Amino acid sequence: MRRSMRGTAAVVGVGETDYYRHGQAPDPEFVLCLKAILAACRDAGLDPTEIDGFASYSNDRNDPPTLATALGVRELRFSNMQWGGGGGGGAGAVANAAAAIAGGLADCVVVYRALAQGQFGRFGQGPQSATVSGDLALTVPYGQMSPAQWYAPKVTRFMHEHDIGQEALRAIALASYHHAQSNPRAVMYGRPLTEAAYDESRWITEPFHLYDCCQENDGAAALILVSAERAKDLKPTPAFVLGAAIGAGYRVHSTPAGFATPDLASSHFKTLAPRLYDMAGVGPADVDVVQCYENFTGGVLMALVEHGFFAPDEAMEFLRLENLIAPAGRLPLNTSGGNLAECYMHGLELQIEAVRQLRGESTSQVPDVDLSLAVAGPMVTPVSTVLFGSEAAV
Amino acid sequence: MSQSYLPHGLPIPVPERNGLSAPYWQGLREERLRVQRNPRTGVYQWPPQWIAYDDQGFDLEWVDVAPRGVVYSWTRVWHPVHPALKDACPYIVVVVELPHAGDVRMLGNLLGDPRQEVTIGAEVEALFEHHADAQPPFSLLQWRLANGAQPAP
Repeated sequence: MRRSMRGTAAVVGVGETDYYRHGQAPDPEFVLCLKAILAACRDAGLDPTEIDGFASYSNDRNDPPTLATALGVRELRFSNMQWGGGGGGGAGAVANAAAAIAGGLADCVVVYRALAQGQFGRFGQGPQSATVSGDLALTVPYGQMSPAQWYAPKVTRFMHEHDIGQEALRAIALASYHHAQSNPRAVMYGRPLTEAAYDESRWITEPFHLYDCCQENDGAAALILVSAERAKDLKPTPAFVLGAAIGAGYRVHSTPAGFATPDLASSHFKTLAPRLYDMAGVGPADVDVVQCYENFTGGVLMALVEHGFFAPDEAMEFLRLENLIAPAGRLPLNTSGGNLAECYMHGLELQIEAVRQLRGESTSQVPDVDLSLAVAGPMVTPVSTVLFGSEAAV
Repeated sequence: MSQSYLPHGLPIPVPERNGLSAPYWQGLREERLRVQRNPRTGVYQWPPQWIAYDDQGFDLEWVDVAPRGVVYSWTRVWHPVHPALKDACPYIVVVVELPHAGDVRMLGNLLGDPRQEVTIGAEVEALFEHHADAQPPFSLLQWRLANGAQPAP
């Protein structure tokens, strides 16, 4: 028997807090988390006490038992953490929630992520300890100690192998900023980016300019999933989980030992994308719109290639701003502004945007969306990817 | 050598309490580059691990390998993320592949002009950067273009 959760669960509620620059949130992280979950419940038209499952990723600090008791959840049935990969778990958490529903473990699962980097530490700072050991000892003493620095050589190698220029990365950054100008939620709303401003921006670490790197932000986001049957009784247009995949290929080392990964010049979706499309029963040419996690633009470049949208040698031709923008580009990309320009809610805002595109509620709407892809965390391990579909697609 | 490529004040590398990587760090102090190898199959592996990935044996051996390699990839860092590096940018980090040791890869800084053009595929040789005054003392593996052919600043 073919095992698949295709179409058995759907996102029926999405919500987020206001998004803030890092350290600027007025609420504690736990309160942000609660507010996002409540917003998603209101959107779905569900009572928060009906939630019976929680799924998150990247060691979110707000644990399900605490959330369940705080919200008055009647019965906790699913308490799930996608293990490893940081932001690469965003689609994985959605997939885990869908799998729990498909498998009968839970009926109403919330996927959430909350960040208050003023209350806690920042991602982009190196370790301040006196000593380092293990894999960190092999990188930190060379001044390689932040995500941008760890992932840059992967992109450098890919660009070298396929003769890809900086303009390809620039187009990805420009697409996010372009879409953010239509999105009042976006932290970069009202702050457009031009080619010249990109070119003149300082290097963070080659090949990443400032605008190739995600923001760091405060806020929280949440999505609520229920079974396909239940979804039909609720008001929002359901975003069915058509396919999903989590993982990595052969011997992909965790950061910071990623330098040792045999297939260095990869975002690590080569083994996932075929599984994703196989479960969904569609191919890359069928996808209407893509949200792809920009930790760094170079990861998006490789993830789009590995999802089959174009060959590496076509990257310079494909990755032009006009191809990447809604409503009429060949492949509208990061239509809310994404991690670069909407908010770095660790990529969960990209999952929400994929749902909004299916509902017809994006601030940069693509017409007639039936298949909406959301890709999490290129270049880390494990990564994850999920394809949402309309009722017609199911 | 007494000078270091990057300023002092970065975290000091020390072996784990369980000692997994201790032979590597001790080797560097003796100006020897050691990596792990599976004694049954001859398969090299890096970074340090308890188990051989090719046959799941626990008796990996440490072997000396020639301290040279080829630049596989690189980055030039312009934005410091540690206080000790505030005035140290730019600096170059290279990923070096060791073709004579099963293509294992390791990191290092590429010594010389930090603004030099870096060429993927360039042959590099290692040198041992001793931090004798650190507490505890340690040595780092560093890289420079082979044959001493440093590009002009």
